[in-house]
Amino acid sequence: MIDNIIVIKSEFSNLINDAENLEVLEEVRIAALGKKGRITSLMKNLGQMKPEERKSMGQNLNILKQEITNLLEIRKVELETTSLNARLHKERVDVTLPTRPEELGTIHPISQTTDELISIFGEMGFSVAEGPNIEEDWYNFTALNIPIDHPARQEHDTFYINAEKDGQRMVLRTHTSPVQIRTMQKHEPPIRIIVPGRTYRCDHDATHSPMFHQIEGLVIDETTHMGHLKGCLIEMCRTFFGIENLPVRFRPSYFPFTEPSAEVDIGCSFGNGILKIGEGDDWLEILGSGMVNPRVLENCGIDSQKFQGFAFGMGVERMAMLKYGIPDLRTFYDSDMRWLKHYGFQPFDIPSLVGRASL
Amino acid sequence: MKFSLSWLKEYIDTDKNLDEILHWLTMVGLEVEKVEDQTQLVKDFVVGHIVDAKPHPDADRLKVLRVKTGIEILEVVCGAPNARSDMKGIFACNGSYIPGLDVTLKTTKIRGVTSNGMMLSEREVNLSDDHEGIIEVPNKLETGSSAAEALGLTDIIIDIAITPNRGDCLGIYGIARDLAAAGVGILKPIKIPDIKGGFESPIKVNLNFNDADKDACPIFTGRYIRNVKNGESPQWLKDKISAVGLRPISALVDITNYMTIAHCRPLHVFDADKINGNINIRLAQAGEKLLALDGKEYNLDDKMTVIADDHNAEALAGVMGGENSGVSKKTINVMLETAYFDPVRTAATGRKLNLQSDARFRFERGVDPAFLNDATEIATQMILDICGGEASKIINVGQEPDWRKKYFLTNSRIEKLGGVEVAPDRTQEILEKLGFEVSKVDGGWETITPSWRYDIAGEADLVEEVLRINGFDNIPIVPLEREGSLPKGAINLTQDRRSRTRRTLAHRGLTEAVTFSFLSTEHADLFGGSPKNIELVNPISSELDIMRPSILPNLINAIGRNSDKGYNNTSLFEIGPQFSGENPNDENIVAAGIRSQQAKLRTWNEAARDVDVFDVKADVLAVLNQIGGPVASPQVMQGAASWYHPGKSGTFQLGPQKIIAYFGDIHPAVLKAMNISIPMVAFEIYLDNAPIPKNAVNARPPINISTLQALERDFAFVIEEAITADQVVRAAFIADRQLIADVTVFDIFKGKTLETGNVSIGITVKFQPKEATLTEDEIENTCKKIISNVSKQTGGVLRG
Repeated sequence: MIDNIIVIKSEFSNLINDAENLEVLEEVRIAALGKKGRITSLMKNLGQMKPEERKSMGQNLNILKQEITNLLEIRKVELETTSLNARLHKERVDVTLPTRPEELGTIHPISQTTDELISIFGEMGFSVAEGPNIEEDWYNFTALNIPIDHPARQEHDTFYINAEKDGQRMVLRTHTSPVQIRTMQKHEPPIRIIVPGRTYRCDHDATHSPMFHQIEGLVIDETTHMGHLKGCLIEMCRTFFGIENLPVRFRPSYFPFTEPSAEVDIGCSFGNGILKIGEGDDWLEILGSGMVNPRVLENCGIDSQKFQGFAFGMGVERMAMLKYGIPDLRTFYDSDMRWLKHYGFQPFDIPSLVGRASL
Repeated sequence: MKFSLSWLKEYIDTDKNLDEILHWLTMVGLEVEKVEDQTQLVKDFVVGHIVDAKPHPDADRLKVLRVKTGIEILEVVCGAPNARSDMKGIFACNGSYIPGLDVTLKTTKIRGVTSNGMMLSEREVNLSDDHEGIIEVPNKLETGSSAAEALGLTDIIIDIAITPNRGDCLGIYGIARDLAAAGVGILKPIKIPDIKGGFESPIKVNLNFNDADKDACPIFTGRYIRNVKNGESPQWLKDKISAVGLRPISALVDITNYMTIAHCRPLHVFDADKINGNINIRLAQAGEKLLALDGKEYNLDDKMTVIADDHNAEALAGVMGGENSGVSKKTINVMLETAYFDPVRTAATGRKLNLQSDARFRFERGVDPAFLNDATEIATQMILDICGGEASKIINVGQEPDWRKKYFLTNSRIEKLGGVEVAPDRTQEILEKLGFEVSKVDGGWETITPSWRYDIAGEADLVEEVLRINGFDNIPIVPLEREGSLPKGAINLTQDRRSRTRRTLAHRGLTEAVTFSFLSTEHADLFGGSPKNIELVNPISSELDIMRPSILPNLINAIGRNSDKGYNNTSLFEIGPQFSGENPNDENIVAAGIRSQQAKLRTWNEAARDVDVFDVKADVLAVLNQIGGPVASPQVMQGAASWYHPGKSGTFQLGPQKIIAYFGDIHPAVLKAMNISIPMVAFEIYLDNAPIPKNAVNARPPINISTLQALERDFAFVIEEAITADQVVRAAFIADRQLIADVTVFDIFKGKTLETGNVSIGITVKFQPKEATLTEDEIENTCKKIISNVSKQTGGVLRG
């Protein structure tokens, strides 16, 4: 009988090993362990044996059943793996094919540069103020200490519209400075604002556009002086351009609304006709600034004996051109897709001074 | 303002080198724009000695010269009639650059004779237009010595930018004064000659103004000078004038130009024999005409000041002289005019006539009202020295305007405003060197402005004078500390919404553009039009003549341009202002976008699809979702503004009035009018109309996440076409507000078995039980409620 078990084991082991696929293996299982299988039948016969014989035979049969079950399971896994591999091999696709097209738009360099400057000045405690594009003469000029016959008015190349206010034609603001006036009229010092926005000059050539963008800044309190102006703008320039030791120069100039006035230059070089910002022999003008003219404060009802501060302004396009190497001002407004894709920014390039080590 | 270094040094005694002078010019506020070294122009040339000049064997008009260059003797072919033996001129060797011809010399054969260089004419070195012959230089000059020395081209020409407040630096003496104050050197006093006139001027001068216009010309000084000879100026004067870019004309004209450049004192010389009677300075009569020195005739009006004789206007005061009374080589007797003209009127006259001149440029910035007598004396002396003649007694009419302005400078003001400590002695020294009268008093200084400084109008200006001369570099850098150690956030909710909108749209595949705020009236009219009030008075072109009522036309144009260049299927958006009037409230910030042509391109695994209204509806919803608050679920209405396709467009609004957004196909008639032939869909989101939530709280309401399984049931209703999907969805939704979590449309079906005018709409309703698993009965009941509510609200019938 024991011999019989050995034979059965050997027989089924061979059948299991030889099974080519899961169907054949299942047939082997049924032949061995099915209701009428060989092993099942032997186990059914146990009842007719003598007790001692039954005990030893029972044990042996159980072991046999367990061994065959294990072999079946092992072979089943083997066959399954082979069959899966074969299927997967057939399912191969050409992954070099293109994906479904997904269009990602870009952010215009003017918006991006504005956001960058807001993130820098925001860290210094400035908040963003805004005002209308169509301005009254008084806000755009007179309140800023540019009376009607001032030569500086001619330099502004002002656009006028038909509408009048207080007997003066209204203008398209020539700078963002009127927002200084509107802010100072509305809020008591301390004031610390930046004003990004569209500005307009009646001029159109290679280096002028009838519309462009400025960012204006204004700080008014009781103690801010010209040393702070220098500190604020030097830090801004170095952070914006990401050049730690960028040379920054303050040069006396003239703006009717500031006194003293300074133009701000940054260091650069023009080696081989290529502009490089940083250390060099040359200077590049990027900002106008100065201490707010007491007359401007008085025009807004602020006591100029008590309060003082500084203002500055810069061209957003110019800052973008210098930082990102954009050669032509006029292309900013052409909406040429190739340009927008090339000079534009990814939607998630959100400027932040804490997000990255530098902008 | 162009000037030469040597001329500057006539007024300032300095041992500073050029670089230091340039540095200080810029750092006192006279920004150096360009520096030109004259020697560089002729650096390759030397004095050449023509040893002999023989006729060219094959050309009658040419000569073959043998020229000694200091190194060798070379054969040079030359066509100049004045080239002759034993003459010295300027020689250019092969390989040198000839500025007047813009060529680099090479050895050439001219009619068979090799020419090894060139003897130069004045035109060839850009000295003048003279090309009659070659330059002759004195024979005493050493052969081979520098041409720059020989030609007197040894100067440095400096060009500086003058800000509108610094009229006083439109004369070299003013520049010297600023530099001297900054410590560059010592300002030399100007010598004023004392001329005793021998006779009374036969021409009288009258200031004919009524009281209201007296300020047009408050004072006049001048002289009658007889028997002058107006020839060419002496070389030193010609050199000076040409160095700063002016053309020498005649001695008398050159002298007036000299006074303008040196002392910022424009003056005029009349040919006295052309003056009929006396000189009358008055306002012009409307319709009066003047032929000016530029050869053009100008129509004058009664706001302009003229210098007239008894009959006609002879000069436009402060702007330009007249052709009739101008001086010529034949002039014998002259009238010298040194007057003061009102800056405002002068500027207005020049602007109105569109006439720019060196005189106007100075008068409108204000010339020194206390420098009339002295200027007359200097100019008279120059005329007598150069042109000879005899001067009359000085003519003085009118009264010097009061230019003295007193301002007090407080001790502490410089440090408080400037952030730098300047020693009191230094402060006083700076102001005095700039020409202020300064007296130290308790607590500060009493100052009186110099006559040439109009721009000084208060204490802050005095601070600026001290700071700029003391040097902005000396102001210590102080960090601008903010209040508190953390920033508070720079932008408000409205600004934040714009920023989110921008990045949402870009992420959805639209590219941001920035276009002009103005466009053509024609385009404005297609988009609702702009009121006449916001039309530009002086547009740069008729294409940009009115403020835009919508951003869309600019974007449509831009996409059209891209498409014309072969860049198709593009999507653009812009966030910016649109205008409905001139008041601040009439400006609205709008996010507008256009998608064009194909929304999905044909690819290997998907079919192409054109853009449609649902692409832009999705854009609007994505933005509204970003903006948040009540606008996340606005009401949508069929149809939009007139520039949209009436059937394929919609409007999101809050309540009956507040429009949040339009979206849809652009009206085909509008596209046609704009010459656009590709399909476009658009949206306009009125960001400013999105309400600002009050009392925003950070904490969110608790959420009850049910562990019970949700289940879905599909329904199909037949409805009339006039019924919207939204009505069906809402009707289903409110059938059981507790149980129904979501309703979505999965199918729309028309035609075939359906009656015309009917539509079948398939919806999926999601049930989310909250307390216990639903029984079949409960589900059945809810389904019945849905069917009955949809039927009640929309007339929809469940399809069998």
